[in-house]
This record gives sequence, structure tokens and C-alpha cells, in this order.
Amino acid sequence: MAEAPAHDYPTIEPTSFDVVICGTGLPESVLAAACAAAGKTVLHVDPNPFYGSLYSSVPLPSFLSPDPSSVPLSPSGDDSHTVVDLHRRNIYSEAVDLLLRSGGSHHVEFKSVEGRSLLYWEGQLYPVPDSRQAIFLDAATLKLTEKTVLFRFFELVRAHIAAADEDVEGEEASDKISEEDLDLPFVEYLKKQQLPPKMRAVVLYAIAMADYDQDTDCCEKLLTTREGIQTIALYSSSIGRFANAQRAFIYPMYGHGELTQAFCRCAAVKGALYVLRMPISALLMDEERKNCLGARLTSGQDILCQQLILDPSYKVPILDAPSDGSDSNLLRKVARGICIISKSVKQDSSNLLIVFPPKSLEEQQIAAIRGLQLSSNLAVCPPGMFMVYLSTPCADTSTGKQCIKKAIDALFAPQASDSLEGHLKETSENNEDLKPTVIWSCVYVQEITEGTSSSLLSCPTPDEHLDYRSILDSSKKLFTDICPNEEFLPKKSAAVYADDDSDSAE
Amino acid sequence: MHGRPRRPAKPEDEEAASAKAAKLRDLQAQVLHNHHARTYTKEAIGLSFKLLEINPEAYTAWNYRKLAFQHNVKELSDPEAIKSAVDDELRVVEVALRQNPKSYGAWYHRKWLLSQKLAPMDFKREFGLLDKLLKVDARNFHGWNYRRFLARFMGVPDEDELKYTMDKISDNFSNYSAWHNRSILLSNLLIQQNKGFESKQKIFSEEFELVTQALFTDPSDQSGWFYHLWLLAQTSSPDNPQLIASWPSSAAKLTSSLIKEKDEQHTLSSIWSRAVPIVLYFNEPVKGLNQSSVNLKSDLEFDKDIQWRPLTMADSGYSNCWATYLQITNECSSLQEYSVEVSLPCSDDIVSRSGSNYSCPVHFTFNIELISNNTAQGLDLFDKPVAWNCSESFPSHGNRDPIPFDLLKITSALVEQDTNWHFERLSEEIDLFRELPDDNSNFGKLTLARLLLACAAIKSRGRSLTERKGYCEEALGLFTDLIHLDPSHKQYYEDERSLVLMDKLTCDMETFMKHCSVQVQPNSAPLNHVQLCRLSLTRIGFAERLLWVQKLDLSRNSLRSVEGLEALQHLAFLNISNNQISSFTALEPLTKIISLKVLDLSFNKIGAHSIDTTRYICSSPFSHKIESSEAFEEYQKVNINVEEYWDAILFFRSLKLAQLDIKGNAVASKENFRTLVMTLIHCLKWFDGEDVN
Repeated sequence: MAEAPAHDYPTIEPTSFDVVICGTGLPESVLAAACAAAGKTVLHVDPNPFYGSLYSSVPLPSFLSPDPSSVPLSPSGDDSHTVVDLHRRNIYSEAVDLLLRSGGSHHVEFKSVEGRSLLYWEGQLYPVPDSRQAIFLDAATLKLTEKTVLFRFFELVRAHIAAADEDVEGEEASDKISEEDLDLPFVEYLKKQQLPPKMRAVVLYAIAMADYDQDTDCCEKLLTTREGIQTIALYSSSIGRFANAQRAFIYPMYGHGELTQAFCRCAAVKGALYVLRMPISALLMDEERKNCLGARLTSGQDILCQQLILDPSYKVPILDAPSDGSDSNLLRKVARGICIISKSVKQDSSNLLIVFPPKSLEEQQIAAIRGLQLSSNLAVCPPGMFMVYLSTPCADTSTGKQCIKKAIDALFAPQASDSLEGHLKETSENNEDLKPTVIWSCVYVQEITEGTSSSLLSCPTPDEHLDYRSILDSSKKLFTDICPNEEFLPKKSAAVYADDDSDSAE
Repeated sequence: MHGRPRRPAKPEDEEAASAKAAKLRDLQAQVLHNHHARTYTKEAIGLSFKLLEINPEAYTAWNYRKLAFQHNVKELSDPEAIKSAVDDELRVVEVALRQNPKSYGAWYHRKWLLSQKLAPMDFKREFGLLDKLLKVDARNFHGWNYRRFLARFMGVPDEDELKYTMDKISDNFSNYSAWHNRSILLSNLLIQQNKGFESKQKIFSEEFELVTQALFTDPSDQSGWFYHLWLLAQTSSPDNPQLIASWPSSAAKLTSSLIKEKDEQHTLSSIWSRAVPIVLYFNEPVKGLNQSSVNLKSDLEFDKDIQWRPLTMADSGYSNCWATYLQITNECSSLQEYSVEVSLPCSDDIVSRSGSNYSCPVHFTFNIELISNNTAQGLDLFDKPVAWNCSESFPSHGNRDPIPFDLLKITSALVEQDTNWHFERLSEEIDLFRELPDDNSNFGKLTLARLLLACAAIKSRGRSLTERKGYCEEALGLFTDLIHLDPSHKQYYEDERSLVLMDKLTCDMETFMKHCSVQVQPNSAPLNHVQLCRLSLTRIGFAERLLWVQKLDLSRNSLRSVEGLEALQHLAFLNISNNQISSFTALEPLTKIISLKVLDLSFNKIGAHSIDTTRYICSSPFSHKIESSEAFEEYQKVNINVEEYWDAILFFRSLKLAQLDIKGNAVASKENFRTLVMTLIHCLKWFDGEDVN
């Protein structure tokens, strides 16, 4: 599959669509599936020879080259044993729901992050007790009194969620947490429930997935109890949705690129037209240069459309102009690190999540760092090795990178070549105590841009969160702009499609 | 299935239910007909299947199938055919269990089939099915029963089964069945001393740790607390039964006056008669006391046919308290002292409920002084009824006759060696539960109280009095809290509190002496008197410390039961006025006290409720005994309303009272009641303060 020469560009029939989407990142793909399901005619193009755009998973050599898209895919090459996600995250909650609703789950296989999450606390990694049984079974690291308060808190939340689900209006359920408490900062509520600091960190950063330090007043993002409990509800409702993925977090086999493809396939089944290796060379605007009428493809063909949706990597001057002044100071960044390591961070578990609460590594650490370890059973790296993706939101590039590096130092031993050769005996003696060795690592910082909606829609870039919630939210918002009266991926769309497993995407 | 809310039935459900009922009735009639006609054709058996498919509880249908199966399988010789017949039958059980996984009949049928051993069983499949069932409902105790059955049948090692219980507990620790099976398996393994199970202390320490994890995770879940209770019981009580008290106690000196046989009827028998009771009190119920397991040696002449009787209301044959009466046949006229030796060697005869045998040999001696005294000391010489005046000042007992109390120091040395571990273990648990953050956990408080009492019990053997009292005080506080926190179990907590209170009052000489005295009655030997009034006691405890009491005043408490008093084979005067006794059945223990002469029951609740609820609380109320029916007939002849007074009849006919006070009870105001009592107790002299004659 060498790069196709320019004159090979196919001609697209028809030349007019309801929606033209450029880029096959997750929000674009979800939108494509949603629009197609809503009965719109969709043309979905991507300049790359692969699916996923910023959300794709690429083989390691492609990742290492300065521009992933310039490296041809080598489908049968040995290097494809290692797949690098350009960003990484777990899936839970609504993404799972959406997949089930759209029937996308037929196309992806999931594995759960089966080892429990680990919390980095006072220089050590502790398992995160996230259920009644987990609390019971953890005799080694949890104190007895911690067990009682933590479980009592879980019960409180469970009762609240159950009462909220039943939603008996007027009947004031005593199980519910009072409105007053719901408006409290979550951290204050946890203190009120007598959770000791370590348990607060568990709930805040490993379960409710707060990013920024919740213990300071000047914090930008202080979670309220309401928000915290929503996340916990999501967490608990995500458990055991897929047959071979029992825990709250799941991860798709063969990398995250698979996820966008699953949605693309759903769109294709609903009649969307897909063309890869097809960049857009120009926008067709109306005379006042206000509304976009269509796009000119690299092939030279003009496609007319009512709605054009662009990948965030496209910089369109007229789009950037209005948002310039007000949003620039809110520009968010996320520092990411990718490591390939020699053995699992925790024995006997392959795929797991590691959480460093704020200030756990150093005083300056303002946000939680999260790491996801994936193993070869997800077909992302060779057997015996593990990939760890780390990320943290940051204000500037250098502190972000420093945080990630600190985390890497805390988790792994530096690559020491002589220990492999000279002191082999020594290392094999107390192998269990040794930290995993880093085989390869890289650290980079990515900017986050939000999706914009006008006549020309632009999708958001991957953000700092662990899951896809906010990305799916913005996709949903974009969808309502396009189709104000349609349901976003209605449930029935899955049933129609259930038996058709043929791959008609390309 | 657990935790499913009950929903009100809809009208269409009712219609379906009545249709189902009609079909069931029809099927049932046909199956019964076939059963009576012994029709074992294919069609007939098919009908029974149809019935069981809808209603797996139809026992007769299961029995019919058993008969049919036996009948039909006899005609088969081909092992393949037999196997398929067994398989068919097994499938029927599976269908029935799908309808109701808790059908006794279906489970029993399966066990029965397997026990027939007609065809080789696919045990892998049995365990597979069982796994599936326990996955759906991990607490289904039928499933667990069947698992125990299979394991025994196949000889699965207990270690494997123990591991299985751990797996299930790891899945969800809220599993009574798994914890229960664990306790059974561990007991077996410890008794058999399997490899890795040699040290009870090590195993129990681990088990305590495990169950504590569950208790602290969810203090409101009861399953773990029950397991903890079992562990506590195993830790706090000695492995083998022990003798903790006796009457007469070691080195005691008794005087017994001989009364001529023929006089006995006229003198109402005296407090000291020719028959000397010997009472042995154990720390836990035992059985198997007889002439060979208890040796009596004496220079006295007595009837060698010694019968040991359990003093208990239950029919189980086990009892804490055993008694026998030495029938002295000496015809001596002069003052003389005789010694009696009692020894209990290690014995396989004497066993506790858990099956451990008596292994703490005890030997003690007491002396009997026989007084030839023809002037009877009977109560008939009293010219007025015995008074129970509380404010009456007691004659000081001085040193004249030390109360034979706490003289049986036989067990302390024997328990000592183990006590350290037990005590440390319990203290650790106490420290833990004091930290339980859930302040309102009833089980937490109750367990803490039990732990404290277990410690107190151990301390009693070690004789550290102040520590022991500290434990008691704290436990008392906890029970008082619990009475308020958990009013639905108020009576239980009150009973437990009463026991602690009794323990506190009687555990040391100094405190106890405040309640003891020796009373001198005119014309009678001095009486050992104990007064425990106005203490809000609801039940009796630590009767082993009261074996020597002759006059007992328990008035103005809240006694609902007098169980425990049966051990007081010396008791002649009992005052339980102003208590909460609600029926004669609650007084059954008193019928075991042969020496009882004066009884004050006034101002209780006897007869206040037409329905006698103690019948369900008492371990074995009168009503369970058949031997009484003859007596009833007899009383019917003299015009006594047996239906109304059956319990009064059974109570009074076994007493030989000289004085009875029963005023202030609803029953006493009933017509004919006085006449009834007169008829039942011939020897009664005083009734409610009046001379009967």
C-alpha cells in the first residue's frame, strides 16, 4: 500500500452531500455515525492513509518519524507488534453506552483494565479499593478503620444514586445526600464523612478523577459533591458491560484507533461515503466569505455541502480570528509521556491504571498524573513488554514535562545497560522488588483546542481527561447544531444493523 | 434469591394463579390415584413429572417417583439402561430445581438417587451444576448442603472444600453459608490434626484476621458477625468440659439428721433428710454421668444404686448440672462423722455437645455428720408463715459457719497454660472493636461486650479481681446502650445484662457477702440465706455459685424465667414475688427442687395473658411431655377444669410446698383456683398467709 499517485484520486459521486467531514478522529467519526444514522448523506474524507487522525494508533516507527502520516503503513512488518496511541485513555461510561447504542461494539473487542487502579501515595503504590469486595480483600494496605469509613461513604453514594434513579418526585428520600452537601466542594464533603487523607485521595483522584489539587482554595477546578458523585455513578455503572471486560475501565484491543474505526464503520453501514488519502485543498465560500458552501478536494473535485466539519489540525484563518482575543489565556496544555517497559509495574496484573494525586511527587505538582499500563494481551506491544501512557494537564511546557519525568522516575528504573550484562545475578535475586526498566520513552506536550461551531465546524483535539466524556459531549453539541431535531445516535440504530458484520467501510 | 422487593400482585396474576391451582389440583389427584394403585407406567410417571415441574414441593410425588423408580429399575439388567434411567431421574430433579432452587423434596430426591449407587456418577458434572447454581445464588444453603454431601460421598479433602469457601467469600463475603461451611470444615480439620492444622491458635488467629476484614468493611452485614461469634466461642471456652462447682463442696462439713422412714410423711420431710444430694456443675452441658464415670467412696452405708440425673428442662440428655441422692441407710444412734470421696477421672463417657470428653480429673472429699434426732425440724412446727421482710436485719454469720463458697479450686491450674494465648487474642480483638468507627453498630457493641465477658471469664480463673470487674462494668454499659439502640431485641440484652450483673455480684467473696447471711429459724438449723432484690434481674445466671443456698430472696426484680434455679437442690425457701413471671410453664425449673417448701409467687403476671408465650421460649415446656395425660384424667374425675389449669396442675402436683403465696396474679383471682391448689398440694399449710386448716 504505497502512497497513491495524485492522478489516482477517485472521482466522487454524487458531488453534493448534506455533511462533509474531514478527518477521522473520534469526534468526527462519532459525528459521521450520528449524522448517517439521522439520515443525512455524509462524505467522510481523511488526508491520511489511516483512520483516526489525532486519535489513531500507529506503529512505533511511524510514531517516531516527525510526521506520522508521511510514513507508509507496513501491515505485515514486524514493527507493527508495537502500536502507539497518539494519545491514550480509558473508556468508560457514556462512550460505552454510545458504542452499544450505535452497534459499534460489534467491531471492537475490549479488555478491561483488570488489575485494579494503583494510587501513588507517600512514595508507594497502593491498590485503589473501589468496591465492597475490593475493600474486604485488601488486608495488606488498608487499615481496618479506613475500610469502615470508605465503605460507609460508598454506601452513602450508592443509596443516593439509587434514590436519584427512582426519582420519586415530592417524596423526600432520606437516602439522598442533601442539596446543601451536594453544593459543597467534594473534598469538604469527604472530610465531613471523616475520610482520612489517603482515602480522600483515592476517591478524588482515582475514582472521581479530579485533575487539579482539591485541597487548595485557589484551585481552578474545585469539584463539587454533585460532580464527584456523578463520576462515581458512572464508574460503578460501567462495571461489567462487556463479556470479557469486567471492571470499570476497558481498553480496546489493538489500540484506540480501533475505536474511531468502529464508529466509521457504523457510519458506512448507514450509507456514509469514505475516502482516505484525500486532503481538502480549499474551502468553497459564498461571496461574502461568510458561509462555507463546500470544499475543494486535492483531486480537484468540488464538493458542495450544507455542513463542513473539520479536523482540529486544519487551521482556517477565518475560523481562528473570532476566538482569538478571549480564549487565548485559557489555552490548555497536556503533557504526555510514553514508555515501553520491561515488566509490569505490579506483579500479576497486565493492564492497569496508575494515579499520582497532586503534590504526591513534588510540592509544585498542581495536577494529578495518570498512567495507563497496557500489555501484549491487547496486541499493542510484543509479549513480555508493557506500554505505559502518562498524562497530566499543565500550564506550560517545561513544568508539564518535568512532572511526567518525575512520574517516570518514580515508577521505573532508568535504562541501565550494564545491569543487564554485569550484574545479572544480583538482579535476579530480588527480582520482585526491582522497578521495571524503561526500554524506550518519550515525553511531549500537546495543546488542547475546543471544538467550534459555526457554519464551519471544527472538532476538539484530544484533551487531558482520562475518558472521552467531554469529547463526546462536544460531539453531541456539534450534532445538535447540525441536526437540531434529531436524536443523537438513537438506540434503535443498533438493532437494524445487528447482523451485518461485513466490513463495508472502505 | 436475596434482596428482591415484594411487589403487590396484579389482577391478571391472580387469574393465572387460579388457573394454575386448578391444573395442579387435577394433576395432584391423578398422581395420588396412581400412587395408591401402584401404577408405574410411563404415562403415570410422566404425570408426576408434570406435577413436579409446576410444584417441586409435592413430596408425595417425589416419593411416588422413588417407588416407581425402584420398581422399574428392578426389571432392568443392562447397565446402560440403568444409567439412562438414573440420568432421566436426575434430569427431573434439575427441571424441578430450575423451578424452585430451594425445594427440599427435589434436593433430597437427588441425594437419594446418588446414594442408591446404581450407576457410576459423573461427579464432575454434579460439581459443575452446583457451581452454576452457587454462581446464581451463592447463599443457597441447599446447594451448600448438597456440596457437603457430594464432598463426603466422593471423599474430597476438607482442605479443598475450605479453599472453595474462601473463593466464595472472596467473591462476596456476605455469605452465611460459606462462613458456616468454613466453621464446620475447620472444626473437622482441627480435630483430625491434618497437616497445616496442628495449631488451633495459629488457625484461629488467621480466621480472626480474615473475618475482621469483613466486619470492618461493612459492619452492618451480619454474616461475618456470626462467624466471629463462632470463633469467639471457640476461643473463650476450654476445649474440654470441666467441673466448676459442686455441692457439697470440697472439704465441706455437713450435718444430716436421720429421720425414721415412717415419720417422713408426717413431718413433711425435713431440710436434712436421709437423702443427701450431690450436685456437680460443669462449665458446659455434658452427658454420660453414671456410676462408672463418677466414683463415690464412703464409709457410710448407702444404696449403691446411684442414679445421676441431669437437672435441665431440655430432653437432650446434656446438662450443665447433674445430681444424685445418696440414700443413707446407716442405723447409727450416736454422733458420728463420715467422709465421702467423689472423684471424676478422665472419662470417655462424659462428653460435651461438641464431642470432646472429660479430661480434667477431679477428686474431692466432704464429711457428713449424722445426728440422730427424732425431734423433727419440719416446718409444721412453725406457728406462723415464714416472713420475707426485706428490712429485717440479718443475724451476723460471723465465722461460725463459713459459707461453703468458691471452695472448688480445681480448674484454675488446668486452664492456665492455654489462657495466655486466649487472653491475648481476646484483648487484641477488644482493642480492635473499640476502634470500630461505626458508633451505632449493634453487632459491634454486642461483640465487644461478649469479648469483654470472655476476658472476664478467663480472668476469673486467673483471679485478677479488679480487672475482671472492669470488664464487667464496661459490658454492663454496652448492654445498657444496646437496650436503647436496638429496642426490638431489648429482652435479649436485658437477659445478658442480668447475667453480667449476677456475675459481678457473686464473683468475689467480699461483694457477695453483702447479700449473704445465715438465718436462724426457731426450731430449725440455721439457713444459708441470699438476698438479691431490686436489681432488675430478668433471668438467673451463675447458679453454680448458689448451690449451697437454702433461702433465696429474688423479689422485686424483673424475672421472666427462673431457669438455673433447678441446680439449687438445697433450696427450701424461695421468694420471687414482684417479678414478671407470666406463666406456670416459666416456673418449671422449680419442680426439680425436691427440697422446696416455701414459695412466694405473689404479684407476678401469671394468668394475665391468655396465651402463654413462654411456651415458645422455654426449652421444653410442660406441654411437650406425654406422661402427664394420666394425671389429667385423674384430676378430671375430681372436677378440675383441666383445659384451663393444665399448666397449674403440672406445676403444683410436683411440688411439696408447705407455704404458698400467689396473690396479686391474675390467675389467683379465678374461681376455684384456691380449691385447685388445695387439691394438688396435700401438705400445704399456709396459703396466701392464711392457715389452710
